[in-house]
Amino acid sequence: MEIVENLPIVHRVNPELFATGGELSLAGLPIGAKARVIAVKGGGAVTRRLMEMGVVPGAPVRVIKAAPLGDPIEIRVRGYHLALRRTEAQTISVVTSDE
Amino acid sequence: MSSALESPSLNAQSTNAAPEVARPLLIALAGNPNAGKTTLFNALTGLRQKVANYPGVTVERKEGVWALAPGETPPARLIDLPGLYSLDAASIDEQIARDVITGRIPNLPAPDVIVAVVDATNLERNLYLVTQLLEYGRPIVIALTMVDLARKRNLEIDEQKLAEALGVTIVPVTSVQRVGLEELAVATLKAAKSEAAGAGWCLSPLAEREIAVLIGKDEDSISRHTALRDLYADELPENEWRRDAIRSARERLAESNPDWWQEPLLARYNWIEKVTATSVKSDLSQSLSTTERIDRLLTHKFFGPLILIAVMLLVFQTIFSWANLPMDLIDKGFGRLGEAVGGLMSEGLLRDLLVDGVIAGVGGVVVFLPQILLLFFFISVLEDTGYMARAAFLMDRLMRGVGLHGKAFMPLMSSFACAIPGIMATRTIENPKDRLATIMIAPFMSCSARLPVYTLMIAAFFPGRKLFGFLSVGALLIMAMYLLGIIVAVGVAWVLKHTILKAPTPPLVLELPPYRVPNVLTIFQVMISRAWLFLKRAGTVILAISIILWALATFPRMAKPEEKSASTASLASQTDGSRSTDSTTSKAVDPQGEQLRQSYAGRAGRFLEPVIRPLGFDWKMGVALISSFAARETLVSTLSIIYNVGNDDDAQSDSLVNAVREAKKPDGTPAWTPLVALSMMVFFVLAMQCMSTVAIVRRETNSWRWPLFMVAYMTVLAYIASFITYQGGRLLGFS
Repeated sequence: MEIVENLPIVHRVNPELFATGGELSLAGLPIGAKARVIAVKGGGAVTRRLMEMGVVPGAPVRVIKAAPLGDPIEIRVRGYHLALRRTEAQTISVVTSDE
Repeated sequence: MSSALESPSLNAQSTNAAPEVARPLLIALAGNPNAGKTTLFNALTGLRQKVANYPGVTVERKEGVWALAPGETPPARLIDLPGLYSLDAASIDEQIARDVITGRIPNLPAPDVIVAVVDATNLERNLYLVTQLLEYGRPIVIALTMVDLARKRNLEIDEQKLAEALGVTIVPVTSVQRVGLEELAVATLKAAKSEAAGAGWCLSPLAEREIAVLIGKDEDSISRHTALRDLYADELPENEWRRDAIRSARERLAESNPDWWQEPLLARYNWIEKVTATSVKSDLSQSLSTTERIDRLLTHKFFGPLILIAVMLLVFQTIFSWANLPMDLIDKGFGRLGEAVGGLMSEGLLRDLLVDGVIAGVGGVVVFLPQILLLFFFISVLEDTGYMARAAFLMDRLMRGVGLHGKAFMPLMSSFACAIPGIMATRTIENPKDRLATIMIAPFMSCSARLPVYTLMIAAFFPGRKLFGFLSVGALLIMAMYLLGIIVAVGVAWVLKHTILKAPTPPLVLELPPYRVPNVLTIFQVMISRAWLFLKRAGTVILAISIILWALATFPRMAKPEEKSASTASLASQTDGSRSTDSTTSKAVDPQGEQLRQSYAGRAGRFLEPVIRPLGFDWKMGVALISSFAARETLVSTLSIIYNVGNDDDAQSDSLVNAVREAKKPDGTPAWTPLVALSMMVFFVLAMQCMSTVAIVRRETNSWRWPLFMVAYMTVLAYIASFITYQGGRLLGFS
């Protein structure tokens, strides 16, 4: 498989985007935010595993908390809890939603 | 199920068995981790199961006998696959599971039926594995677990509709209460005779066309799941022609969609969403679940780490203190057994071999059992409740700094008690390279067997000293030794992860499962199977090494001037209390000490002397170093023998402490100085002086390469560190 590693991370916490419900990365969401996955970028085994675990475009996610040192983060997806690092979370594009 | 306890011959067939079944049915049990698979396996098989390893890997192969419908059918073989999220072979577990399902394991045909364990509270993700299983075209039955929990969480599952949509039978089961097990047996027997359902999803027309080409025609055709795998998996098949076909197919697909490889993943989840949309009703306005409430405390920014430290202290303290009593008992028991056997047999080599080689060797292995049992009790409780995943979540950031996985935290902590159970606990780390790196640094954690060595050195050379009037130098030194081990471990892990075990930092995609009350039977089984594995595999290697070490210390036999004294030597330490006064020099000829001096081990010690002199050690210490390869604490008893204070293994015994203090070199200067003692302690922190650890690393890595490498690099590190300590100390004016 052609693996595109280290995609440039363009999404950072952007209050403006967040306010308008625009597209941003899962890593940029505040604790407690609800969102919907738009795309899973990057490639390789980690991305595949994330998608197998149900983090695919269209899936609603919610940021539950961050570990004591700020990383990894815990999210809720498809009714269960998943821990992932911010590096991986940055490859997941989301739009905020209220559901 | 009473007949399940009888042991039916696998070939015996009752008359009304299905005629087409010539051998017992082979059934595979597959499911996500935490879906209740192990509990179901135990409920179906009772205790009629055996655990082995798949050839060449450390993946556990669990097989049991499932009675199915007693009296009507012969019992089936039930294979418990490792817990899986997917079949795409990202880990060894997944690769093995796929090999079992496709019948590629030697002497194991493809299963007749796959029982998929599906957690009702986590339906969508659990069904992902089911969609993959369906693709393999094997008959499938779903065992739906945690149904009552799902109801509590306001999840309504219409099993009938779900079964129709998936095309497979669904049987709700509650394993502990044995509800639904008979229905599961009936459904499995029925499925064995019927056609497989197959997968209900398809790819885009473009991708489907490529798949059709890859499947091929007539006799050259391959199955759809093989074609799918070839096209979308990371590795390419052997065949050069197919490789090219696949490469060009991928290029064509990538032209129209850069994320072409995500297509099957998306198609599966799309199908799952369609299936569950009609059959599952969930009330989203649910309140906070119990798990979320517990996690508010256990993974809290401040209290989370504190609780983790408290839990580790408890585990640690228990292994240290609770294990002591049974360990002493075992130690004494084997001592008595040795004496008894020694008393029964007439004097001679055979008796010495049995008593000092075999019984002492086996005793040295068995003595670790209490620690192993206790540690695995805690590990499986922490694992089964779901806390282990939280520990990894909390520690991941720190462990990542060294290039290790959050899951490496627990094995490394356990290694402070004993590296053996710690190394056995690394099995929870999926990535082989991370697991190896963790195994390679585990012995640097100062284990309990080093304490007697530290104690002797401190009692002899730093007793009662205080720093600033209140800080005990001894306690500071012990702490410094622990820290030295940790610092070197961090350094070595970093170097390993950047050289021979080079790999990107292991990703963390970790499920934090709901908290559950652990199952007593499962915990019990883990403890027993780990203990057995240790005894069986490590035990044989340890026994062999014990006998070799015994032979080195015994041969060549010295001429025996007094027949009697040799035979009473083992009892001497208990009866003779007056010995300590004049035992500091070799005036009193102790036959045991004399024998050791003349043996191959003694000669090796003298041979080693030029090598270890820069560390401040003389040949007697060399002998002690060689014999303590059996186990670190052996240093104390060997020194007792060498300095003629009898077979004393109490590190704080006055006679030994005095003997060590007053031992002289040939030129009359003291053999031991505080600096030599410090150098010796540093050596023991870093050197691989434990044959049981070597044996268990051999067992866990399935090769001699890694344990030998471990011994080599740890010895070199220990040598360098001791050299720096001794020579550096002398340069600074210490002696």
